[in-house]
Amino acid sequence: MPRLIYMDHAATTPVHPQVMEAMLPYFSEKYGNPSSVYGLAQEARKAVDEAREAVAEVLGCRPNEVIFTSGGTESDNTAIKGVAFAAKQSGNHIITSSVEHHAVIHTCHYLEKFGFEVTYLPVDQYGMVQLEDVEKAITPSTILVTIMLANNEIGTVQPIPEIARLIKDVNQKTRRGIALHTDAVQGAGLLDLNVNPLGVDLMSLSAHKCYGPKGMGVLYLRRGTPFAPQQTGGGQERHRRAGTENVAGIVGAGASLQRAAENRESYTAHCQALRDRLIEGIISTIPKTHVNGHPTHRLANNVNVAFEYVEGESILLHLDFAGVAASSGSACTSASLEPSHVLLATGLPVEIAHGSLRLTLGASNTAQDVDHVLSVLPGIVEKLRAMSPLAQAAKT
Amino acid sequence: MYSSLVMEHFSNPRNVGTIPDADGIGLEGNPVCGDLMKIFIKVSDGHITDVKFQTFGCGAAIATSSMVTEMVKGKTLEEALAITNRTVANALGGLPLNKMHCSNLAADALHKAIEDYRSKQKEKVGTG
Repeated sequence: MPRLIYMDHAATTPVHPQVMEAMLPYFSEKYGNPSSVYGLAQEARKAVDEAREAVAEVLGCRPNEVIFTSGGTESDNTAIKGVAFAAKQSGNHIITSSVEHHAVIHTCHYLEKFGFEVTYLPVDQYGMVQLEDVEKAITPSTILVTIMLANNEIGTVQPIPEIARLIKDVNQKTRRGIALHTDAVQGAGLLDLNVNPLGVDLMSLSAHKCYGPKGMGVLYLRRGTPFAPQQTGGGQERHRRAGTENVAGIVGAGASLQRAAENRESYTAHCQALRDRLIEGIISTIPKTHVNGHPTHRLANNVNVAFEYVEGESILLHLDFAGVAASSGSACTSASLEPSHVLLATGLPVEIAHGSLRLTLGASNTAQDVDHVLSVLPGIVEKLRAMSPLAQAAKT
Repeated sequence: MYSSLVMEHFSNPRNVGTIPDADGIGLEGNPVCGDLMKIFIKVSDGHITDVKFQTFGCGAAIATSSMVTEMVKGKTLEEALAITNRTVANALGGLPLNKMHCSNLAADALHKAIEDYRSKQKEKVGTG
Protein backbone atom coordinates (compact mmCIF):
# COMPACT_ATOMS: atom_id res chain seq x y z
CA MET A 1 0.00 0.00 0.00
CA PRO A 2 1.60 3.30 -1.04
CA ARG A 3 1.77 6.20 1.42
CA LEU A 4 -1.46 8.18 1.74
CA ILE A 5 -1.16 11.61 0.18
CA TYR A 6 -3.26 13.72 2.52
CA MET A 7 -4.50 16.90 0.85
CA ASP A 8 -7.40 17.79 3.11
CA HIS A 9 -5.69 19.99 5.69
CA ALA A 10 -8.62 22.43 5.72
CA ALA A 11 -10.71 19.56 7.12
CA THR A 12 -8.24 18.64 9.82
CA THR A 13 -4.54 18.09 10.47
CA PRO A 14 -2.63 15.44 12.42
CA VAL A 15 -1.56 16.37 15.94
CA HIS A 16 2.11 17.37 15.82
CA PRO A 17 4.33 15.05 17.92
CA GLN A 18 5.58 18.00 20.02
CA VAL A 19 1.99 19.05 20.69
CA MET A 20 1.01 15.52 21.68
CA GLU A 21 4.05 15.24 23.94
CA ALA A 22 3.06 18.44 25.71
CA MET A 23 -0.48 17.10 26.23
CA LEU A 24 0.30 13.59 27.46
CA PRO A 25 1.14 14.30 31.12
CA TYR A 26 -2.28 15.88 31.65
CA PHE A 27 -4.31 12.74 31.02
CA SER A 28 -3.34 10.43 33.87
CA GLU A 29 -0.33 11.91 35.60
CA LYS A 30 -1.12 15.59 36.24
CA TYR A 31 -4.86 14.96 36.17
CA GLY A 32 -5.95 17.42 38.84
CA ASN A 33 -8.92 19.73 38.45
CA PRO A 34 -7.50 23.25 38.00
CA SER A 35 -10.14 24.60 40.40
CA SER A 36 -8.88 22.50 43.36
CA VAL A 37 -6.33 23.74 45.89
CA TYR A 38 -3.75 20.96 46.35
CA GLY A 39 -0.46 20.66 44.50
CA LEU A 40 -1.70 18.18 41.88
CA ALA A 41 -4.45 20.58 40.88
CA GLN A 42 -2.14 23.55 40.85
CA GLU A 43 0.06 21.81 38.27
CA ALA A 44 -2.98 21.68 36.01
CA ARG A 45 -3.85 25.29 36.80
CA LYS A 46 -0.34 26.36 35.86
CA ALA A 47 -0.56 24.46 32.55
CA VAL A 48 -3.86 26.18 31.70
CA ASP A 49 -2.44 29.59 32.60
CA GLU A 50 0.66 29.03 30.51
CA ALA A 51 -1.37 27.88 27.51
CA ARG A 52 -3.54 30.99 27.84
CA GLU A 53 -0.44 33.19 27.91
CA ALA A 54 0.94 31.44 24.83
CA VAL A 55 -2.30 32.06 22.93
CA ALA A 56 -2.43 35.67 24.13
CA GLU A 57 1.05 36.20 22.76
CA VAL A 58 0.00 34.85 19.35
CA LEU A 59 -3.07 37.09 19.33
CA GLY A 60 -1.34 40.16 20.78
CA CYS A 61 -3.93 40.41 23.55
CA ARG A 62 -4.26 40.05 27.31
CA PRO A 63 -4.44 36.49 28.65
CA ASN A 64 -7.83 37.23 30.23
CA GLU A 65 -9.22 38.02 26.77
CA VAL A 66 -8.64 34.37 25.76
CA ILE A 67 -11.48 31.89 26.37
CA PHE A 68 -10.94 28.19 25.74
CA THR A 69 -13.87 26.39 24.09
CA SER A 70 -14.63 23.00 22.56
CA GLY A 71 -13.78 24.15 19.03
CA GLY A 72 -14.41 26.56 16.20
CA THR A 73 -18.14 25.87 16.15
CA GLU A 74 -18.56 26.64 19.85
CA SER A 75 -16.42 29.76 19.49
CA ASP A 76 -18.59 31.01 16.61
CA ASN A 77 -21.82 30.20 18.47
CA THR A 78 -20.61 31.81 21.69
CA ALA A 79 -19.30 34.93 19.95
CA ILE A 80 -22.42 35.60 17.90
CA LYS A 81 -25.06 34.64 20.46
CA GLY A 82 -22.97 36.16 23.25
CA VAL A 83 -22.90 39.60 21.63
CA ALA A 84 -26.46 39.37 20.25
CA PHE A 85 -28.08 38.64 23.60
CA ALA A 86 -25.88 41.08 25.52
CA ALA A 87 -26.45 43.97 23.08
CA LYS A 88 -30.15 43.36 22.46
CA GLN A 89 -31.04 46.64 24.19
CA SER A 90 -28.98 48.54 21.60
CA GLY A 91 -30.32 46.80 18.52
CA ASN A 92 -31.23 43.55 16.81
CA HIS A 93 -29.37 43.67 13.52
CA ILE A 94 -26.45 41.44 12.55
CA ILE A 95 -24.41 41.61 9.36
CA THR A 96 -22.65 38.55 7.99
CA SER A 97 -21.70 37.19 4.58
CA SER A 98 -23.19 34.52 2.36
CA VAL A 99 -19.95 32.50 2.35
CA GLU A 100 -19.53 31.94 6.09
CA HIS A 101 -19.03 28.53 7.64
CA HIS A 102 -22.30 26.87 8.71
CA ALA A 103 -21.30 27.46 12.34
CA VAL A 104 -21.88 31.16 11.64
CA ILE A 105 -24.72 30.98 9.09
CA HIS A 106 -26.83 28.51 11.08
CA THR A 107 -26.23 30.48 14.28
CA CYS A 108 -27.55 33.57 12.48
CA HIS A 109 -30.58 31.58 11.23
CA TYR A 110 -31.19 30.51 14.83
CA LEU A 111 -31.07 34.11 16.06
CA GLU A 112 -33.59 35.13 13.39
CA LYS A 113 -36.09 32.91 15.22
CA PHE A 114 -35.52 35.02 18.33
CA GLY A 115 -36.25 38.42 16.80
CA PHE A 116 -32.86 39.27 15.36
CA GLU A 117 -32.52 40.50 11.80
CA VAL A 118 -29.61 39.32 9.71
CA THR A 119 -28.14 40.69 6.49
CA TYR A 120 -26.24 38.08 4.46
CA LEU A 121 -23.88 40.10 2.27
CA PRO A 122 -23.24 38.95 -1.29
CA VAL A 123 -19.70 38.31 -2.54
CA ASP A 124 -17.99 38.90 -5.86
CA GLN A 125 -16.95 36.13 -8.27
CA TYR A 126 -13.89 35.44 -6.09
CA GLY A 127 -15.89 35.09 -2.90
CA MET A 128 -14.81 38.49 -1.60
CA VAL A 129 -17.05 40.71 0.53
CA GLN A 130 -17.21 44.31 -0.75
CA LEU A 131 -16.54 47.13 1.73
CA GLU A 132 -19.30 49.31 0.29
CA ASP A 133 -21.78 46.47 0.84
CA VAL A 134 -20.82 46.34 4.52
CA GLU A 135 -21.20 50.10 4.78
CA LYS A 136 -24.61 50.10 3.07
CA ALA A 137 -25.88 47.29 5.29
CA ILE A 138 -25.20 49.10 8.56
CA THR A 139 -28.40 50.41 10.17
CA PRO A 140 -29.01 52.23 13.47
CA SER A 141 -29.87 48.85 15.01
CA THR A 142 -26.71 47.00 13.87
CA ILE A 143 -24.92 45.45 16.84
CA LEU A 144 -22.59 42.90 15.27
CA VAL A 145 -20.69 42.30 12.06
CA THR A 146 -19.34 38.78 11.63
CA ILE A 147 -17.18 38.07 8.57
CA MET A 148 -14.71 35.22 8.27
CA LEU A 149 -10.98 35.88 7.95
CA ALA A 150 -10.50 33.23 5.25
CA ASN A 151 -12.90 30.90 3.55
CA ASN A 152 -12.71 27.20 4.35
CA GLU A 153 -13.73 26.07 0.87
CA ILE A 154 -12.17 28.48 -1.60
CA GLY A 155 -9.51 30.11 0.59
CA THR A 156 -10.49 33.71 -0.15
CA VAL A 157 -9.05 36.08 2.47
CA GLN A 158 -11.51 38.82 3.44
CA PRO A 159 -10.47 42.45 3.99
CA ILE A 160 -10.95 42.31 7.78
CA PRO A 161 -8.67 45.29 8.70
CA GLU A 162 -10.57 47.49 6.21
CA ILE A 163 -13.94 46.32 7.54
CA ALA A 164 -12.67 47.02 11.08
CA ARG A 165 -11.67 50.58 10.15
CA LEU A 166 -15.05 51.18 8.56
CA ILE A 167 -16.86 49.97 11.69
CA LYS A 168 -14.60 52.01 13.94
CA ASP A 169 -15.46 55.15 11.93
CA VAL A 170 -19.17 54.42 12.17
CA ASN A 171 -18.87 53.76 15.89
CA GLN A 172 -16.99 57.03 16.46
CA LYS A 173 -19.33 59.13 14.34
CA THR A 174 -22.51 57.71 15.81
CA ARG A 175 -21.23 56.96 19.33
CA ARG A 176 -22.16 53.33 18.97
CA GLY A 177 -20.51 50.04 19.71
CA ILE A 178 -20.95 47.71 16.77
CA ALA A 179 -18.77 44.68 17.49
CA LEU A 180 -16.70 42.87 14.85
CA HIS A 181 -16.25 39.11 15.01
CA THR A 182 -14.16 37.04 12.64
CA ASP A 183 -14.14 33.30 12.20
CA ALA A 184 -10.38 32.84 11.75
CA VAL A 185 -10.43 29.05 11.98
CA GLN A 186 -8.80 28.56 8.57
CA GLY A 187 -6.21 31.27 9.15
CA ALA A 188 -4.19 29.59 11.91
CA GLY A 189 -0.65 28.95 10.77
CA LEU A 190 -1.21 30.77 7.49
CA LEU A 191 -2.24 34.34 8.40
CA ASP A 192 -1.25 36.89 11.04
CA LEU A 193 -3.70 36.42 13.92
CA ASN A 194 -2.71 39.54 15.86
CA VAL A 195 -6.06 41.06 16.81
CA ASN A 196 -4.83 44.65 16.76
CA PRO A 197 -3.86 45.02 13.10
CA LEU A 198 -6.97 42.96 12.32
CA GLY A 199 -9.05 45.31 14.46
CA VAL A 200 -11.51 42.65 15.61
CA ASP A 201 -13.40 42.47 18.92
CA LEU A 202 -13.98 38.73 18.79
CA MET A 203 -12.18 35.96 16.95
CA SER A 204 -12.79 32.20 16.69
CA LEU A 205 -10.00 29.66 16.34
CA SER A 206 -9.75 25.89 16.26
CA ALA A 207 -6.73 23.85 17.35
CA HIS A 208 -7.13 20.87 15.00
CA LYS A 209 -6.69 23.03 11.91
CA CYS A 210 -3.10 23.77 12.93
CA TYR A 211 -1.73 20.42 14.15
CA GLY A 212 -3.48 20.55 17.52
CA PRO A 213 -6.18 18.31 19.02
CA LYS A 214 -9.79 18.13 17.86
CA GLY A 215 -12.42 19.40 20.27
CA MET A 216 -10.41 22.48 21.26
CA GLY A 217 -11.12 26.04 20.27
CA VAL A 218 -10.30 29.57 21.32
CA LEU A 219 -12.53 32.59 21.50
CA TYR A 220 -10.80 35.94 21.71
CA LEU A 221 -13.05 38.47 23.46
CA ARG A 222 -11.77 42.05 23.55
CA ARG A 223 -12.18 43.71 26.94
CA GLY A 224 -15.33 45.85 27.03
CA THR A 225 -17.20 43.94 24.30
CA PRO A 226 -20.83 43.23 25.25
CA PHE A 227 -21.01 39.52 26.00
CA ALA A 228 -23.53 37.14 27.56
CA PRO A 229 -22.08 33.72 28.45
CA GLN A 230 -23.67 30.87 26.54
CA GLN A 231 -22.63 28.11 28.90
CA THR A 232 -23.38 28.67 32.56
CA GLY A 233 -22.27 26.67 35.57
CA GLY A 234 -19.05 26.97 37.53
CA GLY A 235 -16.88 30.06 37.37
CA GLN A 236 -14.32 28.72 34.89
CA GLU A 237 -12.92 31.00 32.17
CA ARG A 238 -13.88 34.01 34.34
CA HIS A 239 -17.56 33.06 34.22
CA ARG A 240 -17.58 33.30 30.44
CA ARG A 241 -17.54 29.56 29.70
CA ALA A 242 -18.44 27.23 32.52
CA GLY A 243 -17.21 23.66 32.81
CA THR A 244 -14.11 21.89 34.09
CA GLU A 245 -11.24 22.77 31.80
CA ASN A 246 -10.06 20.25 29.21
CA VAL A 247 -6.54 20.62 30.55
CA ALA A 248 -4.74 18.36 28.07
CA GLY A 249 -6.72 19.91 25.23
CA ILE A 250 -5.94 23.43 26.39
CA VAL A 251 -2.24 22.57 26.61
CA GLY A 252 -2.49 21.17 23.07
CA ALA A 253 -4.32 24.23 21.77
CA GLY A 254 -1.71 26.54 23.28
CA ALA A 255 1.20 24.51 21.95
CA SER A 256 -0.29 24.15 18.45
CA LEU A 257 -1.19 27.82 18.04
CA GLN A 258 2.21 28.88 19.35
CA ARG A 259 4.00 26.50 16.97
CA ALA A 260 1.82 27.63 14.07
CA ALA A 261 2.64 31.29 14.70
CA GLU A 262 6.37 30.60 15.04
CA ASN A 263 6.53 28.61 11.80
CA ARG A 264 4.06 30.70 9.86
CA GLU A 265 6.49 32.17 7.34
CA SER A 266 8.18 28.93 6.32
CA TYR A 267 4.88 26.99 6.42
CA THR A 268 3.17 29.54 4.19
CA ALA A 269 6.06 29.49 1.71
CA HIS A 270 6.08 25.67 1.67
CA CYS A 271 2.33 25.47 1.02
CA GLN A 272 2.21 28.29 -1.49
CA ALA A 273 4.86 26.79 -3.74
CA LEU A 274 2.92 23.51 -3.83
CA ARG A 275 -0.39 25.31 -4.30
CA ASP A 276 0.83 27.26 -7.32
CA ARG A 277 2.39 24.17 -8.87
CA LEU A 278 -0.88 22.28 -8.39
CA ILE A 279 -3.19 24.98 -9.77
CA GLU A 280 -0.91 25.61 -12.74
CA GLY A 281 -0.62 21.88 -13.45
CA ILE A 282 -4.37 21.31 -13.26
CA ILE A 283 -5.46 24.18 -15.48
CA SER A 284 -2.78 23.45 -18.07
CA THR A 285 -3.73 19.75 -18.41
CA ILE A 286 -7.50 19.62 -17.85
CA PRO A 287 -9.74 21.66 -20.16
CA LYS A 288 -13.02 23.20 -18.98
CA THR A 289 -11.72 23.74 -15.46
CA HIS A 290 -12.70 26.67 -13.25
CA VAL A 291 -10.42 27.92 -10.47
CA ASN A 292 -12.59 28.95 -7.52
CA GLY A 293 -11.58 31.66 -5.07
CA HIS A 294 -9.37 34.70 -5.38
CA PRO A 295 -6.24 34.60 -7.55
CA THR A 296 -4.07 36.40 -4.97
CA HIS A 297 -6.04 37.08 -1.75
CA ARG A 298 -6.05 33.38 -1.06
CA LEU A 299 -4.86 31.02 1.66
CA ALA A 300 -1.43 29.66 0.76
CA ASN A 301 -2.61 26.06 1.11
CA ASN A 302 -5.92 26.19 -0.78
CA VAL A 303 -6.64 24.78 -4.22
CA ASN A 304 -10.28 24.73 -5.32
CA VAL A 305 -11.23 23.86 -8.87
CA ALA A 306 -14.39 22.74 -10.62
CA PHE A 307 -14.47 20.45 -13.64
CA GLU A 308 -17.40 20.71 -16.02
CA TYR A 309 -19.52 17.59 -16.73
CA VAL A 310 -18.30 15.50 -13.78
CA GLU A 311 -19.45 15.09 -10.20
CA GLY A 312 -17.19 15.69 -7.21
CA GLU A 313 -17.75 12.54 -5.21
CA SER A 314 -16.76 10.38 -8.17
CA ILE A 315 -13.51 12.34 -8.44
CA LEU A 316 -12.87 11.85 -4.72
CA LEU A 317 -13.44 8.10 -4.91
CA HIS A 318 -11.02 7.74 -7.81
CA LEU A 319 -8.47 9.94 -6.03
CA ASP A 320 -8.87 7.72 -2.97
CA PHE A 321 -8.08 4.64 -5.12
CA ALA A 322 -4.95 6.53 -6.22
CA GLY A 323 -3.99 7.18 -2.58
CA VAL A 324 -5.04 10.83 -2.41
CA ALA A 325 -7.39 12.22 0.26
CA ALA A 326 -9.29 15.38 -0.82
CA SER A 327 -12.75 16.93 -0.56
CA SER A 328 -15.48 18.46 -2.69
CA GLY A 329 -18.28 20.99 -2.49
CA SER A 330 -20.61 18.60 -4.29
CA ALA A 331 -24.00 17.87 -2.74
CA CYS A 332 -23.20 14.18 -2.66
CA THR A 333 -20.41 14.71 -0.20
CA SER A 334 -22.49 16.77 2.21
CA ALA A 335 -25.48 15.90 4.32
CA SER A 336 -27.69 18.23 2.29
CA LEU A 337 -28.82 17.89 -1.30
CA GLU A 338 -27.41 21.28 -2.24
CA PRO A 339 -23.91 21.85 -3.50
CA SER A 340 -21.66 24.28 -1.64
CA HIS A 341 -23.37 27.57 -0.70
CA VAL A 342 -19.96 29.21 -1.06
CA LEU A 343 -19.49 28.19 -4.69
CA LEU A 344 -23.08 29.19 -5.50
CA ALA A 345 -22.55 32.60 -3.84
CA THR A 346 -19.63 33.24 -6.21
CA GLY A 347 -22.04 32.76 -9.10
CA LEU A 348 -20.72 29.38 -10.22
CA PRO A 349 -23.56 27.50 -12.00
CA VAL A 350 -24.98 24.76 -9.81
CA GLU A 351 -24.15 21.86 -12.15
CA ILE A 352 -20.51 22.99 -12.26
CA ALA A 353 -20.43 23.41 -8.48
CA HIS A 354 -21.18 19.66 -8.25
CA GLY A 355 -17.85 19.06 -9.98
CA SER A 356 -15.70 20.91 -7.48
CA LEU A 357 -12.53 19.56 -5.93
CA ARG A 358 -10.70 21.03 -2.94
CA LEU A 359 -7.08 20.10 -2.27
CA THR A 360 -5.63 21.71 0.85
CA LEU A 361 -1.92 21.37 1.42
CA GLY A 362 0.09 20.97 4.57
CA ALA A 363 3.35 20.03 6.23
CA SER A 364 3.47 16.43 4.97
CA ASN A 365 3.00 17.32 1.30
CA THR A 366 5.89 17.42 -1.15
CA ALA A 367 6.42 18.40 -4.77
CA GLN A 368 6.33 14.65 -5.56
CA ASP A 369 2.84 14.48 -4.01
CA VAL A 370 1.70 17.33 -6.22
CA ASP A 371 3.19 15.59 -9.26
CA HIS A 372 1.42 12.35 -8.31
CA VAL A 373 -1.92 14.19 -8.19
CA LEU A 374 -1.13 15.85 -11.50
CA SER A 375 -0.32 12.45 -13.01
CA VAL A 376 -3.63 10.82 -11.98
CA LEU A 377 -6.18 13.64 -12.01
CA PRO A 378 -6.42 14.28 -15.78
CA GLY A 379 -7.13 10.57 -16.36
CA ILE A 380 -9.81 10.52 -13.67
CA VAL A 381 -11.61 13.54 -15.11
CA GLU A 382 -11.29 12.12 -18.62
CA LYS A 383 -12.70 8.74 -17.58
CA LEU A 384 -15.69 10.38 -15.85
CA ARG A 385 -16.30 12.75 -18.73
CA ALA A 386 -16.26 9.81 -21.13
CA MET A 387 -19.29 8.39 -19.34
CA SER A 388 -21.04 11.72 -18.73
CA PRO A 389 -24.15 12.53 -20.79
CA LEU A 390 -23.39 16.22 -20.18
CA ALA A 391 -20.01 16.05 -21.91
CA GLN A 392 -21.66 14.20 -24.78
CA ALA A 393 -24.40 16.85 -25.04
CA ALA A 394 -21.82 19.66 -25.07
CA LYS A 395 -19.97 18.05 -27.97
CA THR A 396 -23.02 17.86 -30.21
CA MET B 1 -19.77 3.96 3.38
CA TYR B 2 -20.24 2.00 0.13
CA SER B 3 -20.38 -1.80 -0.17
CA SER B 4 -17.49 -3.50 -1.96
CA LEU B 5 -19.86 -4.40 -4.80
CA VAL B 6 -20.80 -0.72 -5.27
CA MET B 7 -17.10 0.15 -5.38
CA GLU B 8 -16.46 -2.68 -7.83
CA HIS B 9 -19.18 -1.44 -10.24
CA PHE B 10 -18.03 2.16 -9.78
CA SER B 11 -14.42 1.26 -10.62
CA ASN B 12 -15.28 -1.03 -13.53
CA PRO B 13 -18.67 0.08 -14.79
CA ARG B 14 -20.31 -2.33 -17.24
CA ASN B 15 -21.94 -1.24 -20.49
CA VAL B 16 -20.79 2.38 -20.55
CA GLY B 17 -21.55 4.19 -23.78
CA THR B 18 -24.28 4.94 -26.26
CA ILE B 19 -26.24 2.95 -28.83
CA PRO B 20 -26.49 5.17 -31.94
CA ASP B 21 -29.51 3.27 -33.32
CA ALA B 22 -31.16 2.65 -29.94
CA ASP B 23 -34.78 1.52 -29.93
CA GLY B 24 -35.43 3.41 -26.71
CA ILE B 25 -33.64 6.11 -24.68
CA GLY B 26 -34.46 7.03 -21.08
CA LEU B 27 -33.20 10.12 -19.25
CA GLU B 28 -33.65 10.50 -15.50
CA GLY B 29 -32.36 13.01 -12.95
CA ASN B 30 -31.17 16.57 -13.27
CA PRO B 31 -27.67 18.04 -13.48
CA VAL B 32 -28.78 20.68 -10.95
CA CYS B 33 -29.29 17.88 -8.41
CA GLY B 34 -25.96 16.37 -9.36
CA ASP B 35 -27.26 13.16 -10.95
CA LEU B 36 -28.22 12.54 -14.56
CA MET B 37 -28.60 9.08 -16.14
CA LYS B 38 -29.20 8.17 -19.74
CA ILE B 39 -30.00 4.57 -20.71
CA PHE B 40 -30.07 3.22 -24.27
CA ILE B 41 -31.76 -0.08 -25.18
CA LYS B 42 -32.02 -2.32 -28.20
CA VAL B 43 -35.17 -4.47 -28.25
CA SER B 44 -35.82 -7.58 -30.29
CA ASP B 45 -38.72 -9.98 -29.94
CA GLY B 46 -39.80 -8.39 -26.67
CA HIS B 47 -36.33 -8.86 -25.16
CA ILE B 48 -33.67 -6.32 -24.30
CA THR B 49 -30.77 -7.45 -26.48
CA ASP B 50 -28.36 -4.61 -25.72
CA VAL B 51 -28.15 -1.85 -23.17
CA LYS B 52 -25.69 1.01 -22.55
CA PHE B 53 -25.59 3.94 -20.16
CA GLN B 54 -24.08 7.36 -19.58
CA THR B 55 -24.15 8.86 -16.12
CA PHE B 56 -23.14 12.15 -14.52
CA GLY B 57 -23.17 11.64 -10.79
CA CYS B 58 -21.69 10.23 -7.63
CA GLY B 59 -20.43 6.73 -6.89
CA ALA B 60 -23.93 5.41 -6.21
CA ALA B 61 -25.29 6.89 -9.43
CA ILE B 62 -22.60 5.23 -11.53
CA ALA B 63 -22.76 1.89 -9.71
CA THR B 64 -26.57 1.63 -9.92
CA SER B 65 -26.45 2.49 -13.63
CA SER B 66 -23.88 -0.22 -14.23
CA MET B 67 -25.81 -2.75 -12.14
CA VAL B 68 -29.15 -2.14 -13.84
CA THR B 69 -27.62 -2.69 -17.28
CA GLU B 70 -26.23 -6.04 -16.11
CA MET B 71 -29.57 -7.03 -14.62
CA VAL B 72 -31.69 -6.38 -17.72
CA LYS B 73 -29.62 -7.71 -20.57
CA GLY B 74 -31.56 -10.54 -22.22
CA LYS B 75 -34.65 -9.92 -20.05
CA THR B 76 -38.16 -9.39 -21.43
CA LEU B 77 -39.60 -5.88 -21.20
CA GLU B 78 -42.02 -7.08 -18.50
CA GLU B 79 -39.17 -8.54 -16.46
CA ALA B 80 -37.22 -5.29 -16.91
CA LEU B 81 -40.20 -3.20 -15.78
CA ALA B 82 -40.43 -5.29 -12.61
CA ILE B 83 -36.95 -4.09 -11.59
CA THR B 84 -37.17 -1.16 -9.18
CA ASN B 85 -34.61 1.25 -7.78
CA ARG B 86 -34.77 -0.76 -4.56
CA THR B 87 -34.06 -4.06 -6.37
CA VAL B 88 -30.98 -2.44 -7.92
CA ALA B 89 -29.80 -1.13 -4.57
CA ASN B 90 -30.33 -4.57 -2.99
CA ALA B 91 -28.41 -6.26 -5.80
CA LEU B 92 -25.49 -3.97 -4.93
CA GLY B 93 -25.58 -5.01 -1.29
CA GLY B 94 -27.44 -1.86 -0.26
CA LEU B 95 -26.70 1.85 -0.50
CA PRO B 96 -26.06 4.45 2.22
CA LEU B 97 -29.37 5.94 3.36
CA ASN B 98 -28.66 9.42 1.97
CA LYS B 99 -28.06 7.88 -1.46
CA MET B 100 -31.36 5.99 -1.66
CA HIS B 101 -33.33 9.03 -2.84
CA CYS B 102 -31.08 11.20 -4.93
CA SER B 103 -28.70 8.83 -6.69
CA ASN B 104 -30.73 5.65 -6.99
CA LEU B 105 -32.53 6.40 -10.27
CA ALA B 106 -31.17 3.80 -12.66
CA ALA B 107 -34.32 1.64 -12.76
CA ASP B 108 -36.40 4.78 -13.42
CA ALA B 109 -34.12 5.66 -16.35
CA LEU B 110 -34.51 2.10 -17.66
CA HIS B 111 -38.32 2.29 -17.39
CA LYS B 112 -38.25 5.56 -19.32
CA ALA B 113 -36.21 3.89 -22.05
CA ILE B 114 -38.83 1.13 -22.28
CA GLU B 115 -41.64 3.73 -22.39
CA ASP B 116 -39.73 5.53 -25.14
CA TYR B 117 -39.43 2.27 -27.08
CA ARG B 118 -43.14 1.53 -26.69
CA SER B 119 -44.27 4.99 -27.74
CA LYS B 120 -42.03 4.78 -30.80
CA GLN B 121 -43.61 1.40 -31.64
CA LYS B 122 -47.08 2.97 -31.38
CA GLU B 123 -46.00 5.80 -33.68
CA LYS B 124 -44.75 3.24 -36.20
CA VAL B 125 -48.07 1.42 -36.07
CA GLY B 126 -49.96 4.71 -36.33
CA THR B 127 -48.01 6.09 -39.26
CA GLY B 128 -47.47 2.72 -40.93
